[in-house]
Amino acid sequence: MANLGQIDSANMDSYEHLLQAADLDDLIQAILEHGYEVYGPTLVDKAITYGKILSSADLPQGWTDEQEGGHYRVKRRTDNAYFGYVVGPHSWKKYLQLPHRPIWKSSRQEQEVQIIEIKEDVPKLAFLGVRSCELHAIAIQDRVLIESDYPNSNYRDRRSGLFTVAVNCTTAAPTCFCTAMQTGPAVTLTSDLTMTEVLEGKRHFFLIESGTELGAQILAQLPLKPSTVEEKQQAQKGIESAETQMRQGPRHFDSSDLKELLYRNFESPSWDKVAERCLSCANCTMACPTCFCSTVEDTTDLSGENAERWERWDSCFTSDFSHITGGSVRADTRSRYRQWMTHKLATWHDQFDSSGCVGCGRCITWCPVGIDLTEEVRTIRNLEQP
Amino acid sequence: MIPEVYKVIHRQEEYPGTFTLHLESPASPPMVYGPGQFNMLYAFGTGESAISFSGLEVEEGLLVHTIRAQGTVTRALERLKKGDSLGVRGPFGRGWPLQGIEGKELLLIAGGLGLAPLRPVVYRAWQGKLKASRARLFYGARRPTELLYGDEIPHWITKLDVVMSVDHGDNAWPGHIGVITDPLQASDIDGANTVAFLCGPEIMMRFCIQVLLRKGVPESAIYLSMERNMKCAIGLCGHCQWGPNFICKDGPVFCYQDIRAWFQIHGL
Repeated sequence: MANLGQIDSANMDSYEHLLQAADLDDLIQAILEHGYEVYGPTLVDKAITYGKILSSADLPQGWTDEQEGGHYRVKRRTDNAYFGYVVGPHSWKKYLQLPHRPIWKSSRQEQEVQIIEIKEDVPKLAFLGVRSCELHAIAIQDRVLIESDYPNSNYRDRRSGLFTVAVNCTTAAPTCFCTAMQTGPAVTLTSDLTMTEVLEGKRHFFLIESGTELGAQILAQLPLKPSTVEEKQQAQKGIESAETQMRQGPRHFDSSDLKELLYRNFESPSWDKVAERCLSCANCTMACPTCFCSTVEDTTDLSGENAERWERWDSCFTSDFSHITGGSVRADTRSRYRQWMTHKLATWHDQFDSSGCVGCGRCITWCPVGIDLTEEVRTIRNLEQP
Repeated sequence: MIPEVYKVIHRQEEYPGTFTLHLESPASPPMVYGPGQFNMLYAFGTGESAISFSGLEVEEGLLVHTIRAQGTVTRALERLKKGDSLGVRGPFGRGWPLQGIEGKELLLIAGGLGLAPLRPVVYRAWQGKLKASRARLFYGARRPTELLYGDEIPHWITKLDVVMSVDHGDNAWPGHIGVITDPLQASDIDGANTVAFLCGPEIMMRFCIQVLLRKGVPESAIYLSMERNMKCAIGLCGHCQWGPNFICKDGPVFCYQDIRAWFQIHGL
């Protein structure tokens, strides 16, 4: 995948090609034949999660999701849409910044120690059904993990060969707030391919366009026909309805001054209030597509002669996270929630020149007590009023 | 980033539980580093710990690290003997700004183990290699038996002023008893012409900074070394965040003027 440059594809005029839904397997097959492992949404354990895709039969066709703070259910749709849901508990980071990976192995004999890096033979990855907020999340992780003096080489290698098929959102969950974070619902970053799904009466098709040379090559292998003005309008209508849903929803807000707001409010009483509910369970950080914190684990075998170092996802909600001599710096839930939210929405700007939040709503849905980031922003703002 | 293997060529017990390792690499070229930077030391199978440089620099071609055995990793490092191997990654972070002290009076203010990252600066002052007009060391420790580099300090005082204070002293203790802020307060300091480097517990640095500010030392001339949990040392793991700062790459040495706002927030 090329650099995630900004594009203007909110406008459907550029979607010149139509792929019948019945021909979706041709697309999946073409990507597989280019040597990619294809990953996409699958229905597992009553949730839409990301897994291996071999054909369109692996997709959660005809399913949707119902989301609210601390609430998630999959439900049958009345149609056969392939992408008629938003985002689930997984994010693509599990394939790029691996949740658990070996870093080095070491051996010791007498006084001699050897340390050898463990290098992975990185697969060629293709993601099918990437939402605009998720492309933004990948771009944010790129800035953290690649555009650094010391990049995470495994992330960089997995990322550099990535092929993406993005999908414009035509529906939004009540937890979605990408419009507030300017990351969607229409795809606004370069993707190899971008599609919009349309179900109109008995018709079911995708409008599709390529954003890269490789995307165009794959398009050329598909049984496409030119799209009509009316079909483009139908696709546009879907995206606009998702946008309207969010703009009129309770979670839309002005995010332009979040950094300044939070920098002024390190001692807001709201942190005490949210700490009364927050379980410090770390679910939000695991579900978040941009949270990048990790830790390492060192182990030895029973002989004591062979050791390994593994990296795994970590969370600023654990007490170990900030442990130094004398105890945890963030000893209470108040300071941990403040760290997470302030990092995501404020200090991230100073560190990586953007917000760390893409408005996907996962932290709201997957919080077991339904803590809502957008509501916390509102509370801080309200408590600041004289 | 994979550690290089180094060997312990000398081990010195400073006082019980605190020791200094001299490390040499059979294979790698000498590491180029500055005072105030740090390495990640890997004890086989146990883990890594961030430890500052506390010796002379490249001239001797070896690394000197003073360590207090406090957690699992540092206790494993404590068990290393002469000839044992360990892993070293580094150097990391921003160190003491030795360029900015020309013609100024340099105050080195250390608390406890905080003397370790300042010792390379002390050595330079002792060797007459500092461009400061004068150098003074204020060193506070818990008790006379827990002084770092106790055998060296008598040599240092031939070349620089050393003011020492212990929390708990006995009749044999010639220095001050109490917190280090007292002798600092009692000292003649030309604020406008002074640069201060501080390393020690945050509470100690907090009170020393108050004294320095009262004496007219500008915020822009006060530098402090901060400590937070570190896993990667390269800005990727997120552990050492302190407001918008990553201690590992933006620090550990910060100018007080730049971080004053963060220094005031508890539990950041």
